[in-house]
Amino acid sequence: MRRLLPLGFAMAMALLPLVLKGYPITLLSYVGMAATAALGLVLLTGMGGLTSFGQAAFVGVGAYTTAWLTTVAGVSPWLGLLGAMATTGGLALLLGGATLRLGGHLLPLSTIAWGLALFFLFGNLDALGRHNGIGDIPPASLGGMALRSANAGFYLIWVGLGLAMWACANLLDSRQGRAIRSLRGGSAMAESLGISTFRLRLSVFVIAGLLAGLSGWQVAHVQRYVSPTAFDVGPGIEYLFMAMLGGAGHIFGAVVGAGLVTIARDVLQDVLPKFVANSGQLEVVVFGAVFIVVLQRARGGLIPVVLRWLPRATRPPPPDAPKLPRRAQPAAGTMVLAAHGLVKRFGGLVAVNDLSFELRAGEILGLIGPNGAGKSTTFNLLTGAAPPTAGRVRFLDADITGEPARLVAMRGLARTFQHVRLRPTMSLLENTMLGAHPRGRAGMLRAVFRLDRAEERQLRAEAMAQLRRVGLGDMAHELAGNLPLGRQRVLEVARALAADPMLIVLDEPAAGLRRPEKRALADLLRSLRAEGLTILLVEHDMEFVMELVDRIVVMDFGARLAEGTPAAIRADARVQQAYLGGVA
Amino acid sequence: MNLDLALLLAQDGIANGAIYVLVALGIVLVFLVTRIIFVPFGDLVAYGALTLAAIQEGQRPGTIWLVPMLAVLAFAVEAASLLHKGAAHRLPRAALVWLVLPALPALAAWPLAGRELPDLLGIVLTVALILPIGPLLYRIAYRPIADAPVLVLLIVSVVLHFAISGVALVFFGPEGGRPRPLIRAMFEIGDMIVSAQTLLMLACSALAAFGLWLFFERSIAGKALRATAVNRVGARLVGIRPGVTGGTAFLLASALAALSGLLIGPVTTLSYDSGFVIGLKSFVGAIIGGLVSYPGAALGALFVGLLESFTAFYDSSFKEVAVFAILVPVLVLRSLVTAKPADDEEDEL
Amino acid sequence: MTALLRAEGLHVSYGRVDAVRGVSLAVEAGRIVTVIGPNGAGKTTLLAALMGLLPSRGTVTYDGADLARFEVEDRVERGLCLVPEARELFGDMSVADNLLLGAYPFRRERGFRAKLDDVYARFPRLAERRGQTASTLSGGERQMLALGRALMMRPRLLMLDEPSLGLAPLIVREIFRIIMGLRELGVSILLVEQNARAALESADYGYVLETGEISLHGPAAELLHDPRVTATYLGGA
Repeated sequence: MRRLLPLGFAMAMALLPLVLKGYPITLLSYVGMAATAALGLVLLTGMGGLTSFGQAAFVGVGAYTTAWLTTVAGVSPWLGLLGAMATTGGLALLLGGATLRLGGHLLPLSTIAWGLALFFLFGNLDALGRHNGIGDIPPASLGGMALRSANAGFYLIWVGLGLAMWACANLLDSRQGRAIRSLRGGSAMAESLGISTFRLRLSVFVIAGLLAGLSGWQVAHVQRYVSPTAFDVGPGIEYLFMAMLGGAGHIFGAVVGAGLVTIARDVLQDVLPKFVANSGQLEVVVFGAVFIVVLQRARGGLIPVVLRWLPRATRPPPPDAPKLPRRAQPAAGTMVLAAHGLVKRFGGLVAVNDLSFELRAGEILGLIGPNGAGKSTTFNLLTGAAPPTAGRVRFLDADITGEPARLVAMRGLARTFQHVRLRPTMSLLENTMLGAHPRGRAGMLRAVFRLDRAEERQLRAEAMAQLRRVGLGDMAHELAGNLPLGRQRVLEVARALAADPMLIVLDEPAAGLRRPEKRALADLLRSLRAEGLTILLVEHDMEFVMELVDRIVVMDFGARLAEGTPAAIRADARVQQAYLGGVA
Repeated sequence: MNLDLALLLAQDGIANGAIYVLVALGIVLVFLVTRIIFVPFGDLVAYGALTLAAIQEGQRPGTIWLVPMLAVLAFAVEAASLLHKGAAHRLPRAALVWLVLPALPALAAWPLAGRELPDLLGIVLTVALILPIGPLLYRIAYRPIADAPVLVLLIVSVVLHFAISGVALVFFGPEGGRPRPLIRAMFEIGDMIVSAQTLLMLACSALAAFGLWLFFERSIAGKALRATAVNRVGARLVGIRPGVTGGTAFLLASALAALSGLLIGPVTTLSYDSGFVIGLKSFVGAIIGGLVSYPGAALGALFVGLLESFTAFYDSSFKEVAVFAILVPVLVLRSLVTAKPADDEEDEL
Repeated sequence: MTALLRAEGLHVSYGRVDAVRGVSLAVEAGRIVTVIGPNGAGKTTLLAALMGLLPSRGTVTYDGADLARFEVEDRVERGLCLVPEARELFGDMSVADNLLLGAYPFRRERGFRAKLDDVYARFPRLAERRGQTASTLSGGERQMLALGRALMMRPRLLMLDEPSLGLAPLIVREIFRIIMGLRELGVSILLVEQNARAALESADYGYVLETGEISLHGPAAELLHDPRVTATYLGGA
């Protein structure tokens, strides 16, 4: 049912001009142009977790580029399309490269600023006709026939939009697309899986720019004139409204949102003047009010509301595929991870104080200690999430002190999170495939043209195998957010395993689990050890650790309090004191 | 460019900058206390100027309709939330706070506007009409999502600006307005000629900055506002109601906006939608100043004024381009200088 | 004796996760009651729900009144105060301002600042650091500041979440001495702790919380010697 929707939609759009004539077709052309720009924001906002108020300015850059090229330089509109997309893409690369590292609200703020700067630039450059803009832009032509009529414009726009949607859908359903969709889970999760969040964000930003360029080209050659007012911050926020009203989490959200907003504006502009004088902007008031309600009540937009009523597709289990190549595990007993004199200070607080220990291949080491002993900080130092103030960390043959988490992950160190970090709106299978991200090669272009299917099948089969291994195989297509906490922790283990790690570091995996869940987790970890995997367990739950591990390092006040076998640790008076207290 | 010319441009730049300083202070105030980037602040400034201009011309200002309309909306939102919580017994009080009190100035202004009024009364009326707007907007748009990520609050702000200026067009009309200057004198300082209005603006900016400092450093109410900004949960745990402090912050912002409107109005003709660009330019100044300190914001805003006047000397049509384009290198520089943010918010939207 | 605070069948869930499942407990006036249990057992969640920071099902009565319709701030004004595990201090503000804000509910009373001297007398360390910002304090000092701020609120029932967290033994002893001292002032205390021995030795009554449920409760002195408590902490050997 759901799979047929896009096809049915495409056919309906193709047949529409046979039924409708004149103005409705023109209106739908406007919908298509807006949807193309809004599609960029769906990728940027809904998928990538970024926001831009400057999308209209990018559309303007595209429109002015092709307008200038085809009127002043006299080139063909098809070359104008290349020019428009090259300019918007290049500009996005430049602006994104400069600003995407900015945290929090500064990035969207900067989009308002450069959006306005570009807007004022359009209106003041002589070469671009200042406030009058550029007119008499030639229409695009196909096989010597100029595409002048309303119907020709309609097809020109919707074919372009259709192709763009197809490409985006393909991209999102790929290795890189999954990584893009993981960006909203925060940098820490993505980087821990070996994903370069900066490069990925920049790519999404550029893609959104390219779509704006396409939209601008459509505007220039269908409308046949361009003027600055269409590219102000106001229209920019309208594109954002379209994307979020339709549903920024869905490709079709752009079309639904653009359709509703464009048609509603048309109606409101007819109706409102009958009631109010000076109603020039009242439709903006209506949109603004609706947008604010959407932001307050339904940030997911309309599509999720509609989808709830459609039956869910049942998906067959993924087909078998050639196994992905695996790393050679280090020989049992060789040194895998070593901390030498680790120190971490936060202001006046010494969280980790001269900590040293080693971890050897094929063993499970427990790093334990009471709350506040510095375990989590140590964890961050070992996995590259934070640099130590002093001391060194070695992983296999390399010194990884101060190396960022992403590179540490690529070396074969996989981790889980104390506060589970999964993408709740992605399936178990997709979450696990994220773990296998560094094992794939396919880039975005291959994904767009579906040349990545063989590798994709391999990743899928690998993820499926890991899900079965941890006992979640029968719910692979469930959404991760629907799992109870205990199973979410297990899912994180599956994701870590999909990376084919040499060391897996677990941060309090037993916290909040019930007894049977703990037992199942312990069994799983034992079987992993039997397969030669090395495991570091940072844990608070003594019962869980004691029955599982080969050796224990006990931390207290940031330093090593004791080290030894579980039996020796249990008998240690200092450990008993640290755990049960006894100072009152 | 010789020194005389530079001086001339500088004095022009400071006069412009003085406008932005006041607005920048208001924006920083709201941001520090509520994490909200209050884009419509500039609109409030314009409404202040337009209100005073209308009163001076013997007309009824648009705020007479705007404020009661917002009051009705705010009361509706409050009533809905009270009923949802099953606290119908608090409705009368809510009607007083959100409906009657904010609408009072409009009711008072109705018979008065349309006659010749003494200057001072006109100013008092203007301030009284602008004051409720901030808290009302806060109640309607922001408080229902006070815990939302900064990004969502920012989108709401930008949307709110467009929505409210559509309404403003209906109530104020498209024409600009310009109230009479509060003082007309000119001073010569060395070779520079400075208008008393500019000096008044700079003096008021300094006073406002000092007053804000005093309020936030010395009074328990001010400290409670800061505490809410620093740690919302912590504030609730000592009995500070974030809804109340938020409303207070917006009331203060309204006061600053009204003051800015009174001072800026006579200097430049404002229309219903010109507050946006003034607000955003001040904003650029506030960001250049770091968005966390009042003196920083003031200096940043002055810098924007200077940049504008020096660019305008070369080509006046590019002063806006320059002001907004400067933000990108400034932000890049800041991101290089300051350490990385600890961890970005999960699930921004 | 009637209980100052009583929870019956309290349930708290985050999404689909049930963090607290049907917990009932009571704190009688003038007593110290402790809830101990391992990490992730739901202790912090329990306190957050009693404070009104998290929505919950079940009934909570305090001083004879049903708390359901009281917001966090209303509870604070009635003397129900929480020192949370995260301390929730005002990091960029001075020690003195942090303390002063504790008296916020009494800001309209004359001389509401006077209590400041009491707190400084109780925590001389804070008096030394009064001009410093809270974020520059050490762990022990932060805990003292959080306790001091709570005292400024004139609590009737003080809920403490892991006051010994990450503190050196000497400071833990100091903190517990202060907590015991509070009882002399007539403050009732609900103490959540991992440091089971210290908690049970100070308390009158104890509850053991495991995976969101009360698994054991009784007079603190009995729990202290109960082998099941030891097992929970050191693993069932």
